[in-house]
Amino acid sequence: MKRGQKRGDDAEEGPGAPELCKRLRQDDSEDGAVDWRQLPEEILLQIFQYLPLLDRAFASQVCRGWNQTFHTPELWRCFEFELNQPASSYLKATHPDLIKQIIKRHSNHLQYVSFKVDSSTESAEAACDILSQLVNCSLKTLGLISTARPSFMELPKSHFISALTVVFVNSKSLSSLKIDDTPVDDPSLKVLVANNSDTLKLLKMSSCPHVSPAGILCVADQCHGLRELALNYHLLSDELLLALSSERHVHLEHLRIDVVSENPGQQFHSIKKSSWDAMVRHSPKFNLVMYFFLYENEFGPFFGDEVPVTHLYFGRSVSKEVLGHVGLTCPRLVELVVCANGLRPLDEELIRIAERCRQLSAIGLGECEVSCSAFVEFVKMCGGRLTQLSIMEEVLVPDSKYGPDDIHWEVSKHLGRVWFPDMMPTW
Amino acid sequence: MFFLKGDSVNMAPNSIHWFRKGLRLHDNPALQEAVRGADTVRCVYFLDPWFAGSSNLGVHRWRFLLQCLDDLDSNLRKLNSRLFVIRGQPANVFPRLFKEWKISRLTFEYDSEPFGKERDAAIKKLAMEAGVEVIVKISHTLYNLDKITELNGGQPPLTYKRFQTLISRMDPPEMPVETLSNTIMGCCVTPVSEDHGDKYGVPSLEELGFDIEGLPSAVWPGGETEALTRIERHLERKAWVANFERPRMNANSLLASPTGLSPYLRFGCLSCRLFYFKLTDLYRKVKKNNTPPLSLYGQLLWREFFYTAATTNPRFDKMEGNPICVRIPWDKNPEALAKWAEAKTGFPWIDAIMTQLRQEGWIHHLARHAVACFLTRGDLWISWEEGMKVFEELLLDADWSVNAGSWMWLSCSSFFQQFFHCYCPVGFGRRTDPNGDFIRRYLPILRGFPAKYIYDPWNAPDSVQAAAKCIIGVHYPKPMVNHAEASRLNIERMKQIYQQLSRYRGLGKNFTIFFCHAVFFPLACFPGYHHMPDTGHSSGLYRCNVSHDMAGPQHSGNRHRNVYCMLHEYHTVNITYSLYIPIYNILCGVQQATCCTQEEVLQVRGSESRNEILTVKMTLSPPLTSYNGKLQRSRRFMLPVGTSRVW
Repeated sequence: MKRGQKRGDDAEEGPGAPELCKRLRQDDSEDGAVDWRQLPEEILLQIFQYLPLLDRAFASQVCRGWNQTFHTPELWRCFEFELNQPASSYLKATHPDLIKQIIKRHSNHLQYVSFKVDSSTESAEAACDILSQLVNCSLKTLGLISTARPSFMELPKSHFISALTVVFVNSKSLSSLKIDDTPVDDPSLKVLVANNSDTLKLLKMSSCPHVSPAGILCVADQCHGLRELALNYHLLSDELLLALSSERHVHLEHLRIDVVSENPGQQFHSIKKSSWDAMVRHSPKFNLVMYFFLYENEFGPFFGDEVPVTHLYFGRSVSKEVLGHVGLTCPRLVELVVCANGLRPLDEELIRIAERCRQLSAIGLGECEVSCSAFVEFVKMCGGRLTQLSIMEEVLVPDSKYGPDDIHWEVSKHLGRVWFPDMMPTW
Repeated sequence: MFFLKGDSVNMAPNSIHWFRKGLRLHDNPALQEAVRGADTVRCVYFLDPWFAGSSNLGVHRWRFLLQCLDDLDSNLRKLNSRLFVIRGQPANVFPRLFKEWKISRLTFEYDSEPFGKERDAAIKKLAMEAGVEVIVKISHTLYNLDKITELNGGQPPLTYKRFQTLISRMDPPEMPVETLSNTIMGCCVTPVSEDHGDKYGVPSLEELGFDIEGLPSAVWPGGETEALTRIERHLERKAWVANFERPRMNANSLLASPTGLSPYLRFGCLSCRLFYFKLTDLYRKVKKNNTPPLSLYGQLLWREFFYTAATTNPRFDKMEGNPICVRIPWDKNPEALAKWAEAKTGFPWIDAIMTQLRQEGWIHHLARHAVACFLTRGDLWISWEEGMKVFEELLLDADWSVNAGSWMWLSCSSFFQQFFHCYCPVGFGRRTDPNGDFIRRYLPILRGFPAKYIYDPWNAPDSVQAAAKCIIGVHYPKPMVNHAEASRLNIERMKQIYQQLSRYRGLGKNFTIFFCHAVFFPLACFPGYHHMPDTGHSSGLYRCNVSHDMAGPQHSGNRHRNVYCMLHEYHTVNITYSLYIPIYNILCGVQQATCCTQEEVLQVRGSESRNEILTVKMTLSPPLTSYNGKLQRSRRFMLPVGTSRVW
């Protein structure tokens, strides 16, 4: 109970807690010693909530009462299954006996469930086995998380789908679903929609190659409460945006798009400006997060017209020209990360971005070059609204005005706080 | 200072100087102590399986080491002395040597690394039992590392910026001591027997069982003499460029340079203090007596930083049980690891670097970043520990501390590194060496490819591959991963880990999405992360929780405990970025807290009895330099843990 006492301190005090404490203390003074059996269940439960499972399990062996509390449904709402194989992971796995126990005694209590799966197919299979046994539970959130490589993709599709649909069919009130990098397909999404359309608020399904634009459109059409959506660019269509901005649909909060090229020179479709406009009219505050992992020559269909993107990430090299367009076409931009760019300095591009993107508050530059003066000018224009300014030291090219030693002073002055460029070890 | 025992009281002592690192006669204070007033001195080196804690030293490192020993021996000969190379373990052999040579004084250079400290403590004990006085001197690092830790309130600094702040508050390093000379030797002699060569000579690589057939000559010849030539060249070049910035990387800097110093610093053939003061002098001369900036000593200070971080952490080279290392669910994948280590990834840039490493024992530091990023968070998602072991074997300058520290850094496992940026295994090389000469040099099979395709030969049309006489997939492997897909996945994984650590909500509202700096990971150790009411002032009452410090339970009895960023709650005051805003007047309940200005950890000196909720009254004084007279109160993107989501 040592840890319980410690952590119990910062437990939120429920309305009845002070009184309970008083009661306890009275008992205490009468006997001269604490009678732990008298500890009201509410308090014990409170304490248990702050204990890790293993400690709870030890405590449950103290007496029948504590054991009963141990099995209180509230303590089993949330569970994270960690499925790792010794051959493919350094981390420990959830013990098989515990999994058995949970399925036997607590599966109907589970509401917030996630599976963390290492790179082995066995682990993904084990996750599916557990999923298909969750027949009498009603989940609110489900997350399938591949911690190393997308191991769910290695499974036979039918096996995965049948396990997932068990949850979809039984849950009826799923609100969040995170199934990135899985072989989920259109028919299974239909099952999801048929059973959970009223409750679904969040759907993350980046890199699910078996879903078609029509499949995701069906979700958007039916689930009017959907607020957050993450998917790959090939699923994005004008129809999808219009469906999300239909009158019956709630305001969208987040839309995350991953733009990944599978092979060089891949052609990407474009999205009409009118569809984006409809989206912004319907959900004026929504965040559009875009990750680009493209070769420089694949940016053709992007940034020609205005895009309501708020968070922009260029994971691979991006050309000076494209960045020039960003300043012109992304008025809602809040965050920008450029991992790499050619050897030509990005001076004008940054200044244009400072000029045009009035919401910009965070910027990160990796392998790029910017002259120190242009960078100072950029910071001066943005001023204190730049809350995140993460610039690799090598990015800043000294010029006649500023050297590497005084740039941080100049930038700090305009930011209103002390700032330094990011450094990598010289080794 | 002298501590003489028994019958040796009235006699000048017989000394042993024990070489480990610090393989030099210049700036070697412990060696001077050995000679001072002594009758005889013997310099010994153990060919020691404990060496660098590793048994798998590569042939390049062994050769470098033997060359150092040869050089040491020949320099000692000039002083009518010799080096005694002793086969065996110090703990087994020392007692015999003490007796045989009637030793009353043992000197060696201080080793700050945990296993070195352990070994030295054992030897000290042993020497004491034999009535031998032990003198230890610091000369492998610029500073006394314990002083740095002490100045930081008992914890090693975890950011380089913090480290620099501490350093700037300290006195400059001590001046190097004089080189050992005949004058210093005075009447101290080394008794050398006829069969010295047989008994104590420096062995050759063959004698140690290495196969040296076809071994190319050393690109990095070992030894103090070489080191001293190099430092002169190094400084000449610096003076010639009259530019003290970090040199920008180009195709040339990828190759081993005759002015490179890192292996010499690692083996101690070159004193870091000598280097430090030579740099200072040169800077003053060229820049007309201006005070040199800290950045001048970049290379030396990074080394010092990692030494400081490692000195009290025996698990510094591990993920599990290492309090400063984030646990990342790395993949175990021996085949992929082997491809990386053996230069068969199919990415010419990565393979060329790994080939250079294997052939020469050194690669440029940005090249290290490239291959380390590729192995870990960039592409393969393999543990940094595996990469560290490969470097340990192949890299001449892989100090235990610096090697492990750099790997943790580059894999975003510690030290608060931004992780949004991954080096591209195609683009990074192409920018550095557009022509691809570096690749042609180390991967001759790709020589025939034009510059356009040399970084991604798998994209070359068949005709180009045929003309180059190298078919990708036959003569040279296809790329082992799709970099775009791998880096998309891995960025996501990293974000996930740090979001969970900082209890950041994921796709949060109006908060930063790409910038989950590792700065917040100490929060992971923080049990009760609460949402605080907005006081609307930069000073006010904050509830705060004294938690175990990161060092974990074994340190929980310590007097110093850390209050993790309870005070940085986003509605109130942004401490994370107020690196240098001194925070005064921290009153913790009844206890007086002393507080440093570190960005994320407030040191609280207080009772060691139990964890408790304290009320902290925090007043922010104006920053040292007041920008426009106002304190910025920016919104933070940290949100308390959301209960609706489980990931």
